[in-house]
Amino acid sequence: MDAISLIVRSIFVDNMIFAYYLGMCSYLAVSKNVKTAVGLGFAVTFVLMLTVPLNYMLENYVLKAGALEWLGESFKDIDLSVFSLLIFIAIIASTVQVVEMVIERFSPGLYTSLGIFLPLIAVNCAILGGSLFMQQRAFPNIGIATAYGFGSGIGWLLAIVGLAAIRERLQYSNVPKPLKGLGITFIIVALMGVAFMSFSGIDI
Amino acid sequence: MALLNSKTKAVLLGPLNKNNPVIVQVLGICSALAVTSKLEPSVVMTIAVVVVAGFGNVVISMLRNTIPNRIRIIVQLVVVAALVTIVSEVLKAYLYDVNKQLSVFVGLIVTNCILMGRLEAFALGNGPWPSFLDGVGNGLGYGWILIVVGFFRELLGSGTLFDIPVIPQALYDIGYENNGLMILPPMAMIVIAGIIWVHRYRDKELQEETN
Repeated sequence: MDAISLIVRSIFVDNMIFAYYLGMCSYLAVSKNVKTAVGLGFAVTFVLMLTVPLNYMLENYVLKAGALEWLGESFKDIDLSVFSLLIFIAIIASTVQVVEMVIERFSPGLYTSLGIFLPLIAVNCAILGGSLFMQQRAFPNIGIATAYGFGSGIGWLLAIVGLAAIRERLQYSNVPKPLKGLGITFIIVALMGVAFMSFSGIDI
Repeated sequence: MALLNSKTKAVLLGPLNKNNPVIVQVLGICSALAVTSKLEPSVVMTIAVVVVAGFGNVVISMLRNTIPNRIRIIVQLVVVAALVTIVSEVLKAYLYDVNKQLSVFVGLIVTNCILMGRLEAFALGNGPWPSFLDGVGNGLGYGWILIVVGFFRELLGSGTLFDIPVIPQALYDIGYENNGLMILPPMAMIVIAGIIWVHRYRDKELQEETN
């Protein structure tokens, strides 16, 4: 039950895009059409689902203060949390590499349409943000952590598909010249964010 | 050799205007939005990014002939992550309150696309000194947007600057109210959209053809 409410929360209330503005760069760059947006959204969800639990295990069995206790009494006082950033980003970069190879093997079409953005997932703030929030919130077990990764990913997918759909429609509207392209996209994202804020404060 | 000839000057000043990382190249938006609800975290974030961008560029530039091409992304990430770890420890030690406000966003400097973009596009092909200027320039170009956004959001949202009240009490007495909406994250996007609007109105070359 906890897991389900956490998923719903992280999709709507704590949406990666609208509540924390994570993963904005690729969000703005890849949202020109719905098809690629869906592809990138699923790739992000998948990577989040892998990296959050992986980093959760590292955090709790290696990095946290006293986490190395399972090695023996003498390791009890070791606190490696200074290295968490380095370790997290290394795990993320290598996971992305693996995902890239898997997609290339099984779905060449998706691979070419994602192009440069697949390797860029490694530097997508949403992915590292997921791991850092996981560390900050100290989830009780790995199932909850996975659920959090999944929910955040789906929230991100929802947001990018929504924006892509609106931008496809926008082709036909008459926007003031200096606002064309980037400017109007920012305003749309802001309005979507205001809409998503109506979810905040809901207790699930 | 003069420290600043015309080329290095362009490298340093270009990112402040024509090549601005935030409003022209659309890089590093995430943190630009999340930390700007007050002026103080915006300034701290600016300093942190300038430091990391400058020194990250120098390190990569010095290593550029020894890094094997295939693993360069990971090397870059490690260098940046190490620098960010140092910055974040310094912040924790000396500016604990601001560090609390910035929460995960200090760590997220690692994935700030500005850094990776500059390492990839500039530091891998240039010497340490121009690379340093390029990093500092881009950090400042990112920073002034942050500071402008932070200024407007704090002034209109809380009526303060650096937590010092600046809106006179007389104004409140005749019915002025702080606009609570400005504190909320979506308004950062609106303020940036405003900056883009003004910037592109003045500089017609940057206007886009399609939506």
